[in-house]
Amino acid sequence: MDIKKTPKKLNVKEKYRLMTRDLAWEPSYRDEKEIYPYVDYEGIKVHDWSKWEDPFRLTMDAYWKYQAEKERKYYAIIDAHAQNNGHLNVTDARYLTAIKLFLQSISPGEYASHRGFARVGREFAGVGPQVACQMQSIDEIRHAQTQVHAMSNYNKFYNGFKDFANQRDRIWYTSVARSFFDDAMSAGPFEFLIAIGFSFEYVLTNLLFVPFMSGAAYNGDMATCTFGFSAQSDEARHMTLGLECIKFMLEQDPDNIPIVQKWIDKWFWRGCRLLTLVAAMMDYMLPKRVMSWREAWNIYGVENGNALFRDLARYGIKPPMHWDDVEKSIDHTSHQIMLGLYQWKFGTAFHSWTPTASDIEWLKEKYPTTFEKYYLPRWEYAIAQKENGGEYNNFGLPKLCQVCQLPTLFTEPDDPTQLCHRETDYEGEKYHFCSDGCQHVFEQEPEKYVQAWLPMTAMMQEPLKGDLAAWMEWVSLEPTAAGEYANSEDKANFEKWRKQVSTD
Amino acid sequence: MSKVFIILQANEETRSIVEAIEQDNPDAEVVHEPAMVKVQAEGHLVVRRETIEEEIGREFDMQELNINLITLSGNVDEDEDALTLTWNS
Amino acid sequence: MAVVANGEYKFPSRDRVENYYGHQLLFACWDHHMLMAAPFMLFGAPDQKLGDIIEQQLKPLMQPDPDFDKIDWDAIEWTKSGEPWTPDFNKTIKQNGLVHKEQFCFKTPGLSTLVPPQGE
Repeated sequence: MDIKKTPKKLNVKEKYRLMTRDLAWEPSYRDEKEIYPYVDYEGIKVHDWSKWEDPFRLTMDAYWKYQAEKERKYYAIIDAHAQNNGHLNVTDARYLTAIKLFLQSISPGEYASHRGFARVGREFAGVGPQVACQMQSIDEIRHAQTQVHAMSNYNKFYNGFKDFANQRDRIWYTSVARSFFDDAMSAGPFEFLIAIGFSFEYVLTNLLFVPFMSGAAYNGDMATCTFGFSAQSDEARHMTLGLECIKFMLEQDPDNIPIVQKWIDKWFWRGCRLLTLVAAMMDYMLPKRVMSWREAWNIYGVENGNALFRDLARYGIKPPMHWDDVEKSIDHTSHQIMLGLYQWKFGTAFHSWTPTASDIEWLKEKYPTTFEKYYLPRWEYAIAQKENGGEYNNFGLPKLCQVCQLPTLFTEPDDPTQLCHRETDYEGEKYHFCSDGCQHVFEQEPEKYVQAWLPMTAMMQEPLKGDLAAWMEWVSLEPTAAGEYANSEDKANFEKWRKQVSTD
Repeated sequence: MSKVFIILQANEETRSIVEAIEQDNPDAEVVHEPAMVKVQAEGHLVVRRETIEEEIGREFDMQELNINLITLSGNVDEDEDALTLTWNS
Repeated sequence: MAVVANGEYKFPSRDRVENYYGHQLLFACWDHHMLMAAPFMLFGAPDQKLGDIIEQQLKPLMQPDPDFDKIDWDAIEWTKSGEPWTPDFNKTIKQNGLVHKEQFCFKTPGLSTLVPPQGE
């Protein structure tokens, strides 16, 4: 009798074929166009969906197994953090500003990505991307939830956390991240994938998660470090999905190349503008720093980005259009943003401060050609105001960029003493931009960006009509959450509680 | 030539994994940063299951890498025996 | 260029002048003076005197800059959409040709306490 030897288990390729590819079927009583009505209109041509393959070959059963393991690790640390006064282990309470900004701006972006991937997973006509998008959609809601959960431990003790969801919709600086994700979510499925899956995940999330989360660990915040790394472990898969998708589009039809290039140009620029907030977090908001924004950019932007675009050159893809402008801005943006946040601190749900003497030494060392010459005089002015019992504030409402929605506080690429003014007349109305990059994005699709809800101009419309007190109430901004760190309840409480738990 | 890299959380499990990667990639450079460890090499890096199993002292499924992976750079190919990272330039 | 869409794609501007109940927005920038990080948003009715807007809204916001008291208001170089421009403070916003969301800029050569001149 023949004994049939069954293999112990399927190999990964076989398993992926059976549990992903074989889930698809040919429709018999409806045609493809009815089922997938959104895959054609962007102009991307796909001839064979089966050519798309997840290089990790992850199947849903393995996905749940490993995600459950990540969650167990995560909650073990979150529990320990909550049980052991973890909030008092951070370097000092200045650090909380970074995670407040994260919660108000970035975590809602995770939720937006969740919705976006759920949608495009339904819209793509191939089972490979459908399954990968389903996993990513579940990942993204996990990120939003674990981030909110981790930071809820700080909400028990500190101001500025509790109204993040409302503030995501209403307060001014959060509209930068919100408009970025809204722009992607209102695009077609392929553009969404280039926007989030490729440009944001592949080119930019390393800059957000890797050095910043390493910095969280360095500053004693195990809760944030853990959600960060737990999320980032999914990002490796997302980045791979992003890269596979772009290669898939480029290999399917040469007509796709110019469309993809246009999206890369747009989304790289939009992503870099969004990351200027992260630049300020890295250079100014971590009391102990792992690396400067410039150093992080050199590793994850320049070195890694160059490797990627050298690899994609074989398809005829060029590095993003405004790459040089980004490179020129790197030594400036964190200072420009932080000076802005500091002077508008009466309107932010986080605290800011002037750099300390040791911060200034570090900034001089990390930015030898720019900080001392261009930015230190303004910080010294602010410090002098404080020493004289005053406070440097700018009660003027800033002009915002129609595209990135940041205040137009960036300088000309080749002149750090001159703000960049760009305007376009479209259908009898003027629109303003912070840069050539944002102006270019607008001019490609003006009908889209004329609809932008800009928090500053909106404040002057009905029903607020410029009433600042009414605005503060509408955005749930309590005075205790805003302003100078030195005078904050957060600082006083942190110091008091830390004293109580210390033995000396 | 471009650098590929893999970054893992720094913990007990990945200590063995990093040692395995070093054995299989003699030219790779290991960089320790707070809470994480980065292994980078010019153009090509391979992570082998058998070497990890030797180091870790138990069976290892390549997809377990997912749990401790922070990020990577390069074109990915993974099967039950190895994960490879490459840049084609 | 136009949005690629699968239907008609036409929506009104969110900041159109009709949304400002007979008023309009203006932006003003003191070039090379970035203590105040971005151009200021100003607000008024088209028949308001430009001089009143400058005195009541713009000047108080510029005041913290250490160069403010040294400004020679007769020697300022004004621009509008990048072109030289001469405002008349006694005339209205409208008479000065300032449309909704117009930005005007001004330079005060020689004043550079907090931002060094380029090239030095």
